[in-house]
Amino acid sequence: MKRLVEKHPLAIRWFHWLNFPILTLMIWSGLLIYWANDVYRIGWGSTTLFKFFPDGFYKALGMPQKLAQGMNWHFALMWLFLLNGLLYVGYTLVSGEWRHLLPDRNSFREAILVTLHDLGLRKGAPPVVKYNGAQKIAYTAVVLMGVGSLLTGLAIYKPVQFAWLTKLLGGYEWAGAEHFALTIGYVLFFVVHIAQVTRAGWNNFRSMVAGFQIVDAQHPVVGDPVAGAPGRPTSPTLPA
Amino acid sequence: MDNNPDYSAPPLPTSSADTPETDVAREAAGRSRRAFIVGGLAALAGVGGWRWLLTRPADEGTPWPFRRVLDANGRLSQAYFRETRLAPTFPKSMATSRQNGNIGLKESFVTADWRMRVQAYAPAGAPARVQEFTLADIKALPRVDMTTELKCIEGWSIKVNWVGARFSDFLEKYPLATANGREARYVSVVTPDKAYYVGLDLSNAVHPQTLLCYEMNGQPLTSPHGAPLRLVIPLKYGIKHLKRIGTIAFVDERPADFWAEQGYDWDSGH
Repeated sequence: MKRLVEKHPLAIRWFHWLNFPILTLMIWSGLLIYWANDVYRIGWGSTTLFKFFPDGFYKALGMPQKLAQGMNWHFALMWLFLLNGLLYVGYTLVSGEWRHLLPDRNSFREAILVTLHDLGLRKGAPPVVKYNGAQKIAYTAVVLMGVGSLLTGLAIYKPVQFAWLTKLLGGYEWAGAEHFALTIGYVLFFVVHIAQVTRAGWNNFRSMVAGFQIVDAQHPVVGDPVAGAPGRPTSPTLPA
Repeated sequence: MDNNPDYSAPPLPTSSADTPETDVAREAAGRSRRAFIVGGLAALAGVGGWRWLLTRPADEGTPWPFRRVLDANGRLSQAYFRETRLAPTFPKSMATSRQNGNIGLKESFVTADWRMRVQAYAPAGAPARVQEFTLADIKALPRVDMTTELKCIEGWSIKVNWVGARFSDFLEKYPLATANGREARYVSVVTPDKAYYVGLDLSNAVHPQTLLCYEMNGQPLTSPHGAPLRLVIPLKYGIKHLKRIGTIAFVDERPADFWAEQGYDWDSGH
């Protein structure tokens, strides 16, 4: 027998989905700013492993030189990014959702097991809870990255008024590089996130849109699954 | 592991007429449909808003909603702005040079003939006055030597050593920004050929690090760097560091600004 269980509250779903276009436009307008002077690369000395971005990338996009447009989008949308982030964090604190999201002592060990399982290196399935250790770490990290983007952004937006912050972050150029590195972090997060959501399937994806999941009635949804207990699913859905 | 009351909510009530299985399926389909329709409408509204934004008439090179946000950010920054907050300074040994931008410098120019023309503040009723200055007049003011970061709006930055007179010292000796007990709100600075022009808030112009600069990295300014006198304003990006000052005017209305007209932020810094 199957039943519906509530998974994501309405507020969390809105904050999540609003963040998607906001962050996408922030990254796009950030690129327009970055392209005015594209100095970042991965490498050492005169050896470059990867340049942000290779010439082919610019050719494919027609390389728009739209620095002013990029800055204008960036300095308008930063308010929405800040507001959405504050509301999200505020909501998780008020509703108690933070308990699902904040990693604890076990999360790091669990995250390794989950990663090994995801890579096909470990047979045993991770326990079925709302978020596993890897998810807790990833979702908390991405919120901290948001805080980091706001701070590094402020440091390069008003480097005289916030000179103390700019200095704390290693100076103007370093703050800019940190801001950029965090952006790369979002892109990597996005790639893994999409891969995991695809793996986890429709039931899980729908829960972020409609709020509920369909589970087997006997399925232990919360708490530690008892080892070898009857009804324990052999291939549980990994919520992403 | 946590106990979450929401997550472990009991199954939704089932009607006795249906088997629970189909009831769950119907409930799920209905809720999904509603959620996806709301989501789709929200996405459409977002795309509509995006298109609306991009098709607004331009106010100085950018759709007006963006100009409004930039100006609101500027007012907020102005509220937090303190003259006492100084741009960081560095040892002179870190100073380097990079030549960038020659708008306003293309016309042939004789430094010996140079005069800085200053149009005094003339609120309604006050007479319009223009006063001319030589480089010697500027050099007679207290000499300030500082090494600050020149930040380009494109993202790069270098440290440069500047020598010049404080704009505020200039105004103290020649009170051209005040008249009839009132003070101008804005300063217009224009090159002799009028090709490059910047507008500043007076409060930014009198910042203690805003210089009328005549030496760079231990040498008199060279022509590509704006000889004989240029503006140095570490509060702002390089685009406001006008090279080769021709005319300065103190006014009440926001003056023309070369890059603001191209869609850039009026403040461009702080």
